[in-house]
Amino acid sequence: MYIVKRLLTMLVTIWVIASLTFLIMKIIPGDPFASDADVLPEEVLENVRAKYNLDEPIPVQYLMYMRDLATFDLGISIQSETRDVNGIIADGAPASALLGTQALVIALVFGLLLGIIAALNHNKFLDYLSMFIAIIGISIPSFILAPLLIKYFAVDWGLLPVASWGTWEHSILPSFALAATPLAVIARFMRSSMLEVMNQNYIKTADAKGLPVTKLVISHGIRNAILPVVSFIGPLFVFLITGTFVIEKIFAIPGIGRYFVDSIFNRDYPVIMGTTIFFSSILVVTLFLIDLSYRFIDPRIKLTSGGE
Amino acid sequence: MDHLLEVKNLEVHFKTYGGEVKAVRDVSFHVDKGETVAIVGESGSGKSVTVQTVMGLIPTPPGKIKNGEILFDGQDLLKLSKKQMQKIKGSKIGMVFQDPMTSLNPTMKVGKQIEESIRAHQSLKGNEIKKRAIEMIRLVGISNPAERYDQYPHEFSGGMRQRIMIAIALACQPKVLIADEPTTALDVTIQAQVLDLMKDLKDEMDTSIILITHDLGVVAETAERVAVMYGGIIVEAGTVEDIFREPKHPYTWGLLESVPDITKDEKKRLVPIEGSPPDLFSPPKGCPFAPRCKYAMEVCVEEMPPAFDVGEDHHAKCWLNDPRTPKLEDLVAAGREA
Ligand SMILES: Nc1ncnc2c1ncn2[C@@H]1O[C@H](COP(=O)(O)OP(=O)(O)O)[C@@H](O)[C@H]1O
Ligand code: SF4
Ligand SMILES: [Mg+2]
Repeated sequence: MYIVKRLLTMLVTIWVIASLTFLIMKIIPGDPFASDADVLPEEVLENVRAKYNLDEPIPVQYLMYMRDLATFDLGISIQSETRDVNGIIADGAPASALLGTQALVIALVFGLLLGIIAALNHNKFLDYLSMFIAIIGISIPSFILAPLLIKYFAVDWGLLPVASWGTWEHSILPSFALAATPLAVIARFMRSSMLEVMNQNYIKTADAKGLPVTKLVISHGIRNAILPVVSFIGPLFVFLITGTFVIEKIFAIPGIGRYFVDSIFNRDYPVIMGTTIFFSSILVVTLFLIDLSYRFIDPRIKLTSGGE
Repeated sequence: MDHLLEVKNLEVHFKTYGGEVKAVRDVSFHVDKGETVAIVGESGSGKSVTVQTVMGLIPTPPGKIKNGEILFDGQDLLKLSKKQMQKIKGSKIGMVFQDPMTSLNPTMKVGKQIEESIRAHQSLKGNEIKKRAIEMIRLVGISNPAERYDQYPHEFSGGMRQRIMIAIALACQPKVLIADEPTTALDVTIQAQVLDLMKDLKDEMDTSIILITHDLGVVAETAERVAVMYGGIIVEAGTVEDIFREPKHPYTWGLLESVPDITKDEKKRLVPIEGSPPDLFSPPKGCPFAPRCKYAMEVCVEEMPPAFDVGEDHHAKCWLNDPRTPKLEDLVAAGREA
């Protein structure tokens, strides 16, 4: 019952996002054929507009779009007339997914590790060092960090390639550039969560059982300290998705983010709609999975249709 | 005779931003096999710090054990390494804490929490460990132990959680059970049940108990001996009879307000004594109770009273017990009338 209700809510959410995006697109001034207007005769432009249903009244356009969307048909790109949006997403998805997933894993693994190390060495050198790294990570935006990483790791030291996208090595620098800020945020979050948990009475109980420190830290400390961090994965996901737009541009990665950014400048309506719906669907599904995972991580939370 | 557990001249300080808290100053007491020793005293007097030092639970820093010995099983616990101490904690000495609502790990099944302590100290196989854990749940008076084993703390009431804590503490049949205000956080009706359970299990397992409590009724019912703490010092210690019938320290008099007759089944809670407890940052060099004591003399402010023997195994740190102090009995009598 809970699952059904959640799935329905997810569908409605995606529909609302699609409708809002549609509306905003229509409100923002601009014309996908602005640059063609000088060169193409009026009749040709008319034909092209008709092809994309842009000659219809807006409510009709909306209904037609929704009809296609229901069959997972996201339409055809205006910019490159031969390509449909589904194809563009399918082409770009692997690179974006690799980049995003790697960044997510890096941010979580290193962020949690850094936070735990800091907390266990509270007010000692490793704590200060970890938090120094974290503050750098938070305060340097990725569009500054990325060129710096390229300069040192690729150009000066020649450790990693940067020029193209192909092998896995190419994905390392962009993944770290994308992960830096969320990594730092998670580290700080985990540190304070861990500090709080290690001060809880049940840690003293565990200590009084004569358990070794590793047990205290792992099965009692980390297990509980990680709970609040899980709620942070949702916003983290949003951050990573928007982050890929910038990183894909800087590192010339053939992912969806690049198409998305280009499509906005070109007023390529079908691509804007398609990528937006694609990203929001991923986000909505992720949030759902995070909710589900709570049930397994925190026994106090029960899945119910209402309430908590 | 050698005692089962003997604390000698224990001194524990805490470094804080405000200065050094002298939480425990020169505390000595002992526990013999099979007996229950109660520690009473107002909050902040150093009871928890004392017993947590015995358990090696004081975080250092900020804590610092300045002086003392804790003799148990022929060794000084304060000289043991962390590893050696881990072998004793939970196995030879078990501990139950004050707040059952926060003392259990919320994300671990209670059965597992009991098992942890068995696993750490006994070489049993997996299913034997589980059997023992379920047996412990049954032993502390919880029905359907096999089902309860798989439940989480939030599915238990406060009283039930404290029973689980007792199961954890006793899982390895320790020689000493330390219970730090085990019933303070519970409903009155539940308090008696939990105390009765502890008494029963103590007899069954032949365990000694150090019981910290606020409830003098509980002391009279369960303890053989009592230590009264004030300002980080044990100001008086003796048998329950000694303390209730022949208290020799003005602070104890205050606690008892008017000495209740132990033969009458009378329950008395601690009555607040006028004035505030001593500043533990810079405790007075003399008797810590002097600012609040009706009988304070010049010597009290000048010099810390030593432990005067006022009976067999009964002593009080009060100058009134010095043979040189005149007319002690009159003073006491006057105090009781006032
Ligand atoms: N970790 C700590 N840091 C600083 N001071 C502490 C710490 N633990 C206890 N104290 C101080 O030690 C004193 C005695 O505390 P405690 O033993 O808990 O008292 P009681 O159990 O008798 O109520 C108090 O003044 C308390 O503030
Ligand atoms: S030593 Fe003096 S001040 Fe302290 S309790 Fe005894 S009479 Fe009172
Ligand atoms: Mg206490």
